[in-house]
Amino acid sequence: MSQYRVSGRGRVDTGKPVSFTFDGKRYTGAAGDTVASALLAHGVHLMGRSFKYHRPRGPVAAGSEEPNALIGTRRGPGRFEPNTRATVQELREGLEATSQNKYPSLKWDIGAVNDAAYMLFSAGFYYKTFMWPKNFWHKVYEPFIRAAAGLGVAPCEEDPDHYASRYLHCDVLIVGAGPSGLAAARAAAVDGLKVVLVDENAEAGGTLLSEPQATIDGQPAWDWLASELEALKAAGVKIMTRTTAIGYYHQNMIGLCERLTDHLTDVPADTPRERMWRVRAGQVVLAQGALEKPLVFHGNDRPGVMLAGSAQTFLNRYGVLVGKRPVVLTSHDSAWYAAFDLADAGAKVQAIVDLRDHVHVDLLTEAQRRGITAKLGYTASATSGRLRVSSIRVNPVKGGDVGTAERIECDAVLMSGGWTPSLHLFSHTKGTLAWDDDLTTFLPGKTPEDCVIAGASRGPWGIAAALNDGAEKGAAVAAALGKSASGKTFAVEADRTGSGITVKELPTDRSPGKAKAFVDYQNDVTAKDLRLAVREGMRSIEHVKRYTTNGMATDQGKMSNINGLNIASDALGKAQPKVGLTTFRPPYTPTSFGAFAGYHRGEHFEVTRKTQIDSWAEENGAVFEPVGQWRRAWYFPQAGEDMDAAVGRECRAVRETLGMFDASTLGKIEVVGPDAVEFMNRMYTNPWTKLALGRCRYGLLCGDDGYIRDDGVIGRLGQDLFHVTTTTGGAARVMNMMEDYLQTEWPDLNVWLTSTTEQWSTIALNGPNAAKLLAPLVEGIELTDEAFPHMSCLECTVAGMPARLFRVSFTGEIGFEVNVPAPMGRKLWEKLWEAGQQYGITAYGTETMHVLRAEKGYIIVGQDTDGTVTPYDAGMGWAVGKSKPDFVGKRGMARPDLVAEGRKQLVGLLTEDRSKLEEGAQIVFDADQPVPMKMVGHVTSAYHSDAVGQPIALALVEGGQGRMGETVHIPMPDRTIAATITSTVFVDPENTRLKI
Amino acid sequence: MLLIHCPYCDETLPEAEFTYAGQAHVVRAQDPSSQDDGQWEDFLFMRENARGPHYERWRHFHGCGRFFNAVRDTVSDKFLTTYKAGDARPDLSSLLEGQE
Repeated sequence: MSQYRVSGRGRVDTGKPVSFTFDGKRYTGAAGDTVASALLAHGVHLMGRSFKYHRPRGPVAAGSEEPNALIGTRRGPGRFEPNTRATVQELREGLEATSQNKYPSLKWDIGAVNDAAYMLFSAGFYYKTFMWPKNFWHKVYEPFIRAAAGLGVAPCEEDPDHYASRYLHCDVLIVGAGPSGLAAARAAAVDGLKVVLVDENAEAGGTLLSEPQATIDGQPAWDWLASELEALKAAGVKIMTRTTAIGYYHQNMIGLCERLTDHLTDVPADTPRERMWRVRAGQVVLAQGALEKPLVFHGNDRPGVMLAGSAQTFLNRYGVLVGKRPVVLTSHDSAWYAAFDLADAGAKVQAIVDLRDHVHVDLLTEAQRRGITAKLGYTASATSGRLRVSSIRVNPVKGGDVGTAERIECDAVLMSGGWTPSLHLFSHTKGTLAWDDDLTTFLPGKTPEDCVIAGASRGPWGIAAALNDGAEKGAAVAAALGKSASGKTFAVEADRTGSGITVKELPTDRSPGKAKAFVDYQNDVTAKDLRLAVREGMRSIEHVKRYTTNGMATDQGKMSNINGLNIASDALGKAQPKVGLTTFRPPYTPTSFGAFAGYHRGEHFEVTRKTQIDSWAEENGAVFEPVGQWRRAWYFPQAGEDMDAAVGRECRAVRETLGMFDASTLGKIEVVGPDAVEFMNRMYTNPWTKLALGRCRYGLLCGDDGYIRDDGVIGRLGQDLFHVTTTTGGAARVMNMMEDYLQTEWPDLNVWLTSTTEQWSTIALNGPNAAKLLAPLVEGIELTDEAFPHMSCLECTVAGMPARLFRVSFTGEIGFEVNVPAPMGRKLWEKLWEAGQQYGITAYGTETMHVLRAEKGYIIVGQDTDGTVTPYDAGMGWAVGKSKPDFVGKRGMARPDLVAEGRKQLVGLLTEDRSKLEEGAQIVFDADQPVPMKMVGHVTSAYHSDAVGQPIALALVEGGQGRMGETVHIPMPDRTIAATITSTVFVDPENTRLKI
Repeated sequence: MLLIHCPYCDETLPEAEFTYAGQAHVVRAQDPSSQDDGQWEDFLFMRENARGPHYERWRHFHGCGRFFNAVRDTVSDKFLTTYKAGDARPDLSSLLEGQE
């Protein structure tokens, strides 16, 4: 038996020892322990170092609100988690736990010099200390801050666990399985209502687990709990433990994180580590209870100083005495009971120090009966002890005067500053809070959600009050769902009702300016810091919070917010409700990224769209690039080729003989209906009325602001049928925009829009031999300039497959795009590949496509345009149907700024030193001007070009179209490059190569 | 996650099926060329930044695909109503009464 384990107490099974390590040292705990309770059973309080001052710290609480005892836990490779609360982590065989924020060891930590230098680290020290000199920021301050910041060390290996997600729909969700939650569940589980009861702890029961002395309806509390849980299960209530309600979202959606394996010694194969539930509940009952407040005094953070209620929990639930000679320091009756419980378990309680002058006589009698000295009207002014509290300094207070100190030897200080309702989830609903002067705390007010609060979360105190309130609220939500239900009344004996007062920092006889009286333990914020923030001009509680970082740690101010508010409001000289509370935000407790990500990781993180021809590209060694959600073949390197060599070879093949390209990702929209031509006239800048059947046209789509949005070739396959192509990445946007105008601006037009991107496989054939290859395979038309000229389209048969054939070119060579039903794509590709061998057919990827189109000055929307480029800026005024009465963008193009002189216009650039420019590089007219230079444009596209014999570039340059032949300069980090402005068309400006 | 009533499907469905589409009742003039620069600027760029009820458009993107209008309170995020595109702007005071 461990030194501090009490025989016959607690719910742990000391007959089942569990072995674990902490900082490498082996310990034994009992089944049912947490890491914290197991260590405390060995008398170990020191579990970590604080964030800023590196002060030694031990657990101050017993539950999920714990700010101090943060540990790393490990279970083999990849399974490491930092910042786990030792009070929550259940023991399992072989668990490896480590302390954090210390070097070289927990007992001797070099960072503790910060503690001595605490004057430097007061509120807002970041803003004050790291101001100057300026060049110190990058070299000194930032590295220092980065090394010092953060709590535990982030894991660097991939998480091998998997995480599940589920949806759940229920009539009533109850958060918290303490007395009020249990009673609410029982009352609500009527007439087939689906009730779910969740609790973050390993077992249901809440306060009852820490108060076995009570009897409920004649049964001892734990017996009542066991039979009640059975009854709830029998009534069909779903009870979920180890399940934290992390956030309350709109319209009664609650996020639950269920922890499934962290407590298991042997994890069954394929079990997810955690499961995120998205619950939509008809009614929600929040029964989260109350959190105990620490007292704020010098040295209130020393290991061994903890909340009285938590000490009671460690004793009654885990069978652990947190100290054998404790002192109790309190302003609330509840801590007296903790003293009694510890005394009854064998502890020698040194004194009960109460800040109040009077307490109920029953408490005094009970103390006396146990031989405990009660000191009423006392304050605490300090504690001593290096790694563990060894004494407390207390002083009598009379009429506001702090008297002579006395020192009480002790090995633990159990403190209680009263209780504050847990309103986190309620606040997530945008519920209002109402200040209660009697309880000196905020209570829940109104909420827009279908949600009620039960038990200590709304003020009532004691087990009977919680049970009865829970039953009433459970019946109320059932009634709200149209069921008749009634809450029963419970008979509770040995209940511990009580009251207390709220205090700010405790009065002291020492200089308050030197007190390290902690309000926020995890972020090392003291009462002095809060008062300093107010003195330095912070008025809003939100500013005080951010300046001091009070409540901003991973515990989200569960213990510190209300003490912080009380002190700040005192410093401001305003009542607490006038100062207000900062906003609680989800998640309620730290939640793993894995739980949020769920299944969406690795290959499931995002969709990868693949064409029907993708498999051929993969088999033939393609290197891929992502375009939108598509994966596209980028280039096809042959043995020994790098990217430049492969792209050069692919480009030459297209210009000299024949290339083949998978263009299936091009967006395709079918526009049909009697008003199709009118719709096209209104959407696109170009005129469509006179486009003959079987002909295509390059279409330009603008927004109503006059800027280019998308482009693509559009074929007229019928009087009322247009086959529209869009850019690969723009397909969904264009479809959405077309639907928007059609549905909301022109609902009178009789037009149907259908996305057909994935219905067609599209293969582009380009090169002098393209027609020769295709002609024998096409039925129904002769591939001559007369019968099927450039910019024609036709429904026909290609290699026996039904096809939409387009004669278009994005390369400047003779070009065709063959569309066949998508599943036939690879078959056609292989036929063409085979038939093309005689012409040395070459598969090319997107990079070659980019080079070839740039050589011809064809733009890529989104690369050569950026949302501020008009058709005129891009040199495509010819695509604007000026005589049309209206089209999307027409009025926009007439805006004053869009017709002004000096707009950036698309031009070509050739460098004087024949170097390739960098895309995105800025352009200046005068390279000799002082820095900062006036930037007049940027390079949008740049490639090596065999056809031109030197690298080419496209660029947007102020007034560029009027500056042909002029020299501009591109300053780079190492040199400045001179370039000549040219036309955007570098190859075959007369388009002679398009002729068959 | 919000629940949104699609006035075309007449069903209340999760927000994930819908996409937001900006402020509602921004009318594109029948004849844009009649608009002066100021009017066109208002149409293109000027939008409300309402604190409270806001007339806005949504699209039942992963459903029927229709654009429709809604009145949503930007403070509480509650939908006061949804209605079909082209329907008249509902009267706010009667909607707010319905909320009490």
